[in-house]
Amino acid sequence: MSATGWFREAGASVRLWFAPDRVQEEGSTPDYRFSLANERTFLAWIRTSLALIGGGFAVDQFLTDHLTRWARVGLALALLAGGVFCTLRAVNHWVRCERAMRSGRNLPASRFPALLALLVAVIAVAMVAVVLFGWAG
Amino acid sequence: MSGAARASASASGEAPGPARRAAVETDRDPGLQPERTRLAWRRTTLSWSVAAVLAVRQSLRGAGGTAPVAAISLTAFAFLAFLLLAHFRIQRLAAAQPPLLSKRAAVAVAASTVALAAGGAALMFS
Repeated sequence: MSATGWFREAGASVRLWFAPDRVQEEGSTPDYRFSLANERTFLAWIRTSLALIGGGFAVDQFLTDHLTRWARVGLALALLAGGVFCTLRAVNHWVRCERAMRSGRNLPASRFPALLALLVAVIAVAMVAVVLFGWAG
Repeated sequence: MSGAARASASASGEAPGPARRAAVETDRDPGLQPERTRLAWRRTTLSWSVAAVLAVRQSLRGAGGTAPVAAISLTAFAFLAFLLLAHFRIQRLAAAQPPLLSKRAAVAVAASTVALAAGGAALMFS
């Protein structure tokens, strides 16, 4: 996808979040239990992003013996940015699922879980290497 | 019930076991969906608390000044906003047929999380 296309799509998503509950007018109202399940999934993603943010704080506070300040800050900022991205995506996915349920379409497929898993795996391997081999600054 | 009586009961087509209860139509959900959702909000509150404690600990490490105070204020404000959102949502979940989570509330929850991350990032440079 081109960069401009991506930005246009992102802008459309943000407008969708702030549309004053237009979601509720289209399609038919699904069983409220499905909406509650969607809400729980949203909250689970929020918890995931809170864990990433807390992990960012923990890297900066507890790896002082292993990393230079800038390596620590870089890693922590990567985790914080991951948490922010995960949060924004949580809202986006929740809105899209709600709309899909109302109009009877398939739920949106997503590459995000795989991307997040890769990010977490890379950071975890880096941490293990740092702690095992003592790459201190 | 003796063995012979049970045998005759099952022979006559009645299910054995404790007294059966007729299915009752209720307006409460048998899958306890609202309760599970309530507990999900509680778990999220707990995660938020842990992250907030780490953020405050972060601000206590650096030198003094106005930046840590501002960052702590931002974190506290975001935490309070989240607690209020969770509280009102949990209250609304108590209805027999809970209403849909409003889009405004979902965006506000996300905004409080983003504020926490922004405050934390600011603290790392103070």
